[in-house]
Amino acid sequence: MKPAPFAYARPGTLAEAVALLGAEPGAARILAGGQSLMPMLNFRLAQPALLVDINRIADGAVLRQDADGLTLGPLVRHADLLRHCAAGRGHPLLAAALPLIAHSGIRNRGTVCGSLALADPAAELPACAVALDAELDLVSPRGTRRIGAEAFFRGIYETALAEDEMIAAVRFPPADPNWRWTCLEVARRQGDFAIAGLAAGFCATGAPAARLVAFGVAERPLRLAAAEAALTARGSDAAVATLADLDLLGGGDYPAAYRRQVLGTLLTRAAAALGAPA
Amino acid sequence: MSARTGMPDSLDTKDSVDISCRVNGETVAARVPVRQSLVDFLRHGLGLTGSHVGCEHGVCGACTIVLDGRCVRGCLLLAAQADGAEIETIEGATASGRLDALRAEFVTRAGLQCGFCTPGMLLTAAEFLDAGGGPDRSEIRDALSGNYCRCTGYHAIVDAVEAAARSHPRSA
Ligand SMILES: Cc1cc2nc3c(=O)[nH]c(=O)nc-3n(C[C@H](O)[C@H](O)[C@H](O)COP(=O)(O)OP(=O)(O)OC[C@H]3O[C@@H](n4cnc5c(N)ncnc54)[C@H](O)[C@@H]3O)c2cc1C
Ligand code: FES
Ligand code: FES
Repeated sequence: MKPAPFAYARPGTLAEAVALLGAEPGAARILAGGQSLMPMLNFRLAQPALLVDINRIADGAVLRQDADGLTLGPLVRHADLLRHCAAGRGHPLLAAALPLIAHSGIRNRGTVCGSLALADPAAELPACAVALDAELDLVSPRGTRRIGAEAFFRGIYETALAEDEMIAAVRFPPADPNWRWTCLEVARRQGDFAIAGLAAGFCATGAPAARLVAFGVAERPLRLAAAEAALTARGSDAAVATLADLDLLGGGDYPAAYRRQVLGTLLTRAAAALGAPA
Repeated sequence: MSARTGMPDSLDTKDSVDISCRVNGETVAARVPVRQSLVDFLRHGLGLTGSHVGCEHGVCGACTIVLDGRCVRGCLLLAAQADGAEIETIEGATASGRLDALRAEFVTRAGLQCGFCTPGMLLTAAEFLDAGGGPDRSEIRDALSGNYCRCTGYHAIVDAVEAAARSHPRSA
């Protein structure tokens, strides 16, 4: 199918882009990689009056790694970050998560910030952002504010973004060398959205600590606090047992009980991979 | 203010735009409707029908083209976004000779039947090999996971890419 008519603007700066969003709130949509928005337009699931194409904004592809961690502008593509991480930089959780996203042709175009803005409940990067306490800079004609990933994700495709706001950058804190990280998921085929997935970190140095954030099982990235406590105190079997208390998404081909089963298996595998006690 | 969008004139928006880009090495200038996809422009505007249109939502990979050096979905880009870009289609890649080894192996191994998926398969496989991809079959399957084939069952395509990786190893 073809998109419904829309007007098209290609601003050259971030300020121009948010001015366009602010001029007619709710009628304009940011076009970043287009790997989610273009299918929605082609199916006419989205019919914005104006597309604000940010692909030519100045300095949009900034990818900076320094003492503050890793800062990514709105035009950093999945493939850019994957290449950065594959060289041993970036963050080990992101290095593990990025190859699970879609396919090479889609990673070449889709952006990290776009994936966060979309907030698909089965997407990998929102869960990684929550697991790593990433921060987002949101810009609007009214100014800039900073928000933590935990507060940013609200529900299925729902975020803290106002209609005139866009993500100007995301910042992942520096990787702590004492922590090990992995990202595991089960999907029907390579590149499909996950039926259930888990971003997992474990620190065995000093007092043990764990970070577990599930995706594909709830309306937003789900921090598994009880499982984290159980994993550090008693091991992975105890951590899996805590999943019984969770209220998980069902529906479609995958009832909640199945997602719980898959999540438990992923948790056991992640714990083993990270050297956490069984 | 623009009547259509209520935008300040300085940020006016349009229903069609003039673009200028390079396609297979040649400069192209055209006026395109803003909602035309890039692959439709290449096929209908320029007659480059080697890029195919299957699903129009990013799933099948038949519309794969090379934009500024990277394989992308032609159906998920607007023609308007091609302004200032360097585009290579299967026609240009074939003429350049850079796909010769892969094409020969696709023929030898029967890696195509109807040919609908083949342009996307070839461009994606070439990108994989150029990035240093080797003959590991699971890596090849991974690299081609975004390209659907309804005929071959994939096995022969993986055979062809594996053979090309062995006969033309790259160092990158
Ligand atoms: C076949 C297929 C398989 C896929 N599989 C996966 C997968 O397994 N996992 C996964 O996570 N994703 C998957 N995706 C989606 C892909 O990762 C997208 O790139 C990503 O979800 C959105 O990024 P984008 O840059 O393409 O955003 P766009 O499609 O351009 O935009 C998506 C939404 O975010 C908004 N937006 C974009 N950038 C910003 C910004 N900076 N500030 C505010 N709003 C913004 C847009 O207005 C729009 O509403 C898949 C896509 C396809 C087509
Ligand atoms: S037509 Fe573009 S991916 Fe199917
Ligand atoms: S050869 Fe027919 S779709 Fe692949």
